[in-house]
Amino acid sequence: MGTVEIRPAPHIRGERTVEKIMLNVVYSLLPVCLFYIYQYGISALASMTVVTGACLLTERWLVKTGTQSGTLADYSATITGILLALTLPPGFPLWMGAVAGFVAIALGKGLFGGLGFNVFNPALVGRAFVQAAFPTAIATYTPSFLPGRFFEFIPSSLAWPLMMPADATIWLKEKHLDALAGATPLAKWKFEGVLAGAEELITSLSGHMAVGPSPLLILACGAYLAFRRYLDWRVPTAILGGAGAVAWLLYFFGPGHYPNPFFMLFSGGLILGAVYMATDMATSPVTPRGMWLYGGLIGLLTVVIRYYSGLPEGVMYAILIGNAATPLIERITQPAPFGKGVFGGARKGASYPLHPGYISREEAGAVTPKKRILKNKPKADERRTPNS
Amino acid sequence: MKLLNYFRGEAFQRGVHPPSRKEATADRRIRRLPYPPRVTVPLSQHIGKLPHAIVKVGQEVVRGQPIARADDWLSVPHHAPVTGVVEAIELKPSARGPWTQSIVIRAHASATQEDLWGQPRDLDSATGADILQAVWDTGMVGLGGAAFPTHAKLSVPKQAHVHTLVVNGCECEPYLTCDHRVMVEDADDLVRGIRYAMRATGAVRTIVGIEDNKPDAVAAVGAAIVRANAPEGVIHAEAVPTKYPQGSEKMLLMALFGFEIPSGQLPVSMGMVVNNVGTLAALGRLLPRGQGLTERVVTITGPGVARPGDYRVPLGTPLKFVLDHAGVEATPGLDRRQIILGGPMMGQAIASLDVPITKGVSGVLVFRHDDMVANDNRKTYPCIKCGECVESCPMGLNPSTLGMLAAKREYDLMGSGYHLGDCFECGCCTYVCPSNIPLVQQFRVAKQILRERAAS
Repeated sequence: MGTVEIRPAPHIRGERTVEKIMLNVVYSLLPVCLFYIYQYGISALASMTVVTGACLLTERWLVKTGTQSGTLADYSATITGILLALTLPPGFPLWMGAVAGFVAIALGKGLFGGLGFNVFNPALVGRAFVQAAFPTAIATYTPSFLPGRFFEFIPSSLAWPLMMPADATIWLKEKHLDALAGATPLAKWKFEGVLAGAEELITSLSGHMAVGPSPLLILACGAYLAFRRYLDWRVPTAILGGAGAVAWLLYFFGPGHYPNPFFMLFSGGLILGAVYMATDMATSPVTPRGMWLYGGLIGLLTVVIRYYSGLPEGVMYAILIGNAATPLIERITQPAPFGKGVFGGARKGASYPLHPGYISREEAGAVTPKKRILKNKPKADERRTPNS
Repeated sequence: MKLLNYFRGEAFQRGVHPPSRKEATADRRIRRLPYPPRVTVPLSQHIGKLPHAIVKVGQEVVRGQPIARADDWLSVPHHAPVTGVVEAIELKPSARGPWTQSIVIRAHASATQEDLWGQPRDLDSATGADILQAVWDTGMVGLGGAAFPTHAKLSVPKQAHVHTLVVNGCECEPYLTCDHRVMVEDADDLVRGIRYAMRATGAVRTIVGIEDNKPDAVAAVGAAIVRANAPEGVIHAEAVPTKYPQGSEKMLLMALFGFEIPSGQLPVSMGMVVNNVGTLAALGRLLPRGQGLTERVVTITGPGVARPGDYRVPLGTPLKFVLDHAGVEATPGLDRRQIILGGPMMGQAIASLDVPITKGVSGVLVFRHDDMVANDNRKTYPCIKCGECVESCPMGLNPSTLGMLAAKREYDLMGSGYHLGDCFECGCCTYVCPSNIPLVQQFRVAKQILRERAAS
């Protein structure tokens, strides 16, 4: 009979693996990346390559020296690199991008023990580091859809390490494009009081705007992921709902002072943060109710930081604070075990809706719930025929 | 989609949908196996105390004759599965691992499979207590897998009042079809068994819950109910949406009635008694004839079986004999295989082919080594906290946190803070885990350690 093998139950496994989840996130990010490169040309491509490369090299080094778990093949460092590149300005000096990538993986992930153990989203750790280290460079945006962007680097990209990057405004002046300011819509609103138009914000297609990837495209890619259940729909819904609700309240009471909630939702990095950053599995709560709380907290903090702090953008810090609060949120939102819940009432859609005192459908005068969309369920009158 | 379930009203919350793989055996009639040269009847085939043997080595026994008597209420008698000679009463390997006291009977070559022992009795006028005694005499245990003595399950505590008998025909485990075939072929026996059980418990109605992937079983049971023209109560056959682990009685009651049995309580506290269809069908056949349980229907299937099907197997038949008759391939190169007693989600891989079929074995699955390689080769990652396990745990636990606590050996905290005791090891969390963490195995170990700590 040969060898008999023994394994613990269950003996069959689901389809889903870590590699599959991560790879699907990478695939869903590809359209966003392509559009970003189309917007900003060769500089964006170089930035993306350098940042992702730095992340992968750092991961490889840390895995090889044995300080963290996981392998390159799990694609998580690839995601970190792509997301980090998407949050940086396209003309960000490449050597600073490499620093950001190194810090993201080494400080954000390797220090904690690798995949699954990190407390903060690694991409945002990297971005927070370079924001503190290079405040000017990270605030310098160049307009999108510049002529000749596929053949000419934005000069600041090619700065030598530890040297002052070339000033983008001089470069723009030389190209006779100095009418286009290099500030993001959020910074413009915060410091100059200028509101950008709705369709420009949503599509990022109107040209010569200093914005990141298109929010509409990100939402579409996120919807694909949520539909395949590779990200949890609760977190983005809660963030956008929370931020929108707070912004709408403020707008309702002070329409002159605050921008409309639509601007709040679609400007800056809120959509990217809500769909791809905050949903990072390792740093967000596992409990369903915790996800709502976590998302709501991030949404609220984003609006508060944008309106009441010195910074034009608050998504990054809001998510990092949310990450830090995750263990506490999980603690207070543990699911209620079966038979121990507070809500012991009858569930809708039961075949014999009873309370523990028990009245059967026949005896109670056939009180059948009318709305039932259960699949493969015969109608009530067909089903009752075998009675005698 | 989870989102839709918010509006649709689920059978019960969470759970998983593993591929059912029942096609190979679902439409085949139940067949009989010939007698093996020897049967091994372990005294321990059920939950509870051991009965003691009442036969001697060298004694001739007739099929159906009692060979072990139960002295304790939580124990059942055993009956000789074959006509033959008691060859030995000694320690033999069991499915769980430790060797247990067993009665070995050598079958006579020409023995018939008719049950020769037994006094037909008239149960139409019998009282509930008479029926309970008769159930006890059959040696019946829960044939769904738990093997809890049926007479103890049917006897209602003094302070409780039972109004509903729920019959569990879900068979939610992939591959298994023995209950399905019993419902299709022995529906009349099932309805007769239901009527005895209702009389024994005092229930006024019965609901047979059958998953809706078995429409023929729903129809067959429904037709049998009409034929029986049940006078003493109402019997319904009810289709419930297919989902694992609906065969757990708490999940089935949730699906049928929409309320949760409070943690730590039995359905009888809500006035309900749940029994498996196989158990009641066997009772319906055995009780009027006054016979004992000597055989059961077992699904023998899996990729490594050439003639899969549901077989009526004499209890005590060694696994090797069963597998030889079901045509387990002996192709060279495929000689490494895994054999599982029960279903693929909760069943147990066994180490020895000398293990006998007992009252609680519902299926025998044979997987070739190649079928399991995909799982073996999967890399185990640390928990990435994706939350899939939390969304699949039917008991509403947090397997992610429990798993991390188990890795840190915080067993007391698992029990006191995270409700480990509610886990019934259905395997959903391990099934969905993308990081390939053996969560259920960790929980089994933790529960065992907690039990040992509580005992010491």
